[in-house]
Amino acid sequence: MARFARTPIAPLEYSRTLWMRLWVGAVMLFLYAPLIVLVIFSFNDSKRNVVWRGFTTKYYEKALGNDQLVEALLNSLSIAALATIASLALGTVAAVMLWRFRFPLKGAIDGTISLPIIVPEICLGVAFLMFFAAVGWPTDLIWPFNLGAITIAHITFCFPFVTMVVRSRLATFNREQEEAAKDLGASEWQVFRDVLIPHIKPALVAGALLSFTLSLDDFVITYFTSGPDTITFPVKVYSMVRFSVTPEVNAASTLLIALTVALTFVALKAQGVKAIAETH
Amino acid sequence: MAEQDWKTNKGVFAAVSLPTLVWIFLFFLVPMAIVWLYSFGQNKGLTDIEISGTLENYKRATEWLYLTIFGKSFAVAALVTLICLIIGFPVAMAITFASEKWRPWLLLGIMLPFWTNLLIRTYALMMLLGTQGFANKGLGALWEGTSWLKTLVGLQPLPTWEPVQLLFNNFAVVFGLVYVHLPFMVLPLYAALDRLDRSLIEASLDLGAGHFRTIMRIVVPLAAPGIVAGVMITLIPALGAYLTPDLMGGTDSQMIANVIERQFKKANDWPFGAALSFLLIYAMFALIAIQSMRKKVAEAS
Repeated sequence: MARFARTPIAPLEYSRTLWMRLWVGAVMLFLYAPLIVLVIFSFNDSKRNVVWRGFTTKYYEKALGNDQLVEALLNSLSIAALATIASLALGTVAAVMLWRFRFPLKGAIDGTISLPIIVPEICLGVAFLMFFAAVGWPTDLIWPFNLGAITIAHITFCFPFVTMVVRSRLATFNREQEEAAKDLGASEWQVFRDVLIPHIKPALVAGALLSFTLSLDDFVITYFTSGPDTITFPVKVYSMVRFSVTPEVNAASTLLIALTVALTFVALKAQGVKAIAETH
Repeated sequence: MAEQDWKTNKGVFAAVSLPTLVWIFLFFLVPMAIVWLYSFGQNKGLTDIEISGTLENYKRATEWLYLTIFGKSFAVAALVTLICLIIGFPVAMAITFASEKWRPWLLLGIMLPFWTNLLIRTYALMMLLGTQGFANKGLGALWEGTSWLKTLVGLQPLPTWEPVQLLFNNFAVVFGLVYVHLPFMVLPLYAALDRLDRSLIEASLDLGAGHFRTIMRIVVPLAAPGIVAGVMITLIPALGAYLTPDLMGGTDSQMIANVIERQFKKANDWPFGAALSFLLIYAMFALIAIQSMRKKVAEAS
């Protein structure tokens, strides 16, 4: 500890006291140890997944050779990409509507837009199951149109998050800039594209990251809306976990964790640690 | 500049409002309305459901069996929230008072698991808690150690270690839910603590209060809105949790979401499932109403 205690600990430097460090360390261990063990055991040369029997990458080959798993992963990524693009568009115009205009029933509409965040996932899943059954949504379309139902469900619970982050960013916008642009002859569309969009760009990056991970992460709502031919990655992993615990699941999970970490670092490179941390 | 009245610029208003309103109506309100209508229906045959305006489904939901499941779900969610608060508060404090260099990284450390797939995190915990997982091995080593110490001082050794069942019971459900929901608690707590006026804490310490007393009498009351927000953000998803009780729970650890799921898959009783869904939604609304009422009372006084 002598290295750290070069200067005496000031009263408010709680994070420099020993017990605080131990506490934070223990919590981080609690959060990360299971994931680290999972990653390590994806390289374990043993079917039973409990004792270390040497290094192998054969379960990665097996996971990547599992057509159903690869298809599920591709489905998930396609859905996440589509849902992110649509949520960005929808979430941004909703934020602009709520920020710029005064209109009747504003409070009710504002509340309704944030409802999909509050309503429990299971209820939303049930609602989409009943809705798509009631309207007789076709289930035998070709790829990628068969992903339509799941994508619609994902957009509904992703775009309110985009609205939330974009709206808090818009609150810091100086409306005089908009007026100046208009005085200088810009049209509504030019103001939106050249003044407003650059200002809310950090919120768009954060919203895109949030939508993509929420969509990729979702199990419950997808479980209710997916048909037999439209398996997503979490749904596939769920059935594998129910069936048995194999290193193949570990390998597939590790690939997805790597993707999450990579996405986070892309966002960090684009925005810096602080901006990403502050959007939450 | 104030907000613009929608009538002054109808074209732009239509462009930004129509997509949202149409979407939220078609793909949120209509599905919800269908669930609500079906909750007053009854099964006619295997696939036919007649919406007859019956209250039978709600009556059935008040049977003892379902009441206990509702009660148990609330109890589990409340316990999980409490544990998250106790674990998360010091972490939020540590992040708030960390140096400029460390703070973003600590925040990222809390957020990265939150971005990782829920199913993967649950699976990772299942591996760890299984009868042959590391948690059991660690406990076994502790047990052997105690046994050895006892023989060292001349006492009878403990009986041989039997792996304990850590998975597929209520303990596993609470453990899993805490694991999954901890970031939900830490982030709003941090947001509230970060806004705190530090000179108040310094004043309290200068005037002779200890650290513990300062935290209980100054920090906690000032951070109360953030604590309430954190509690709500943790309590609501924990109450509706499906995956954790399904994968990590035993036969007696079913929560309300599992019962709802069963009505739509195995039991094939959609109207009853719809009624249970709406009861869960009403419970959420009640929680939110209580919170906003408290807020108003606090503002008035």
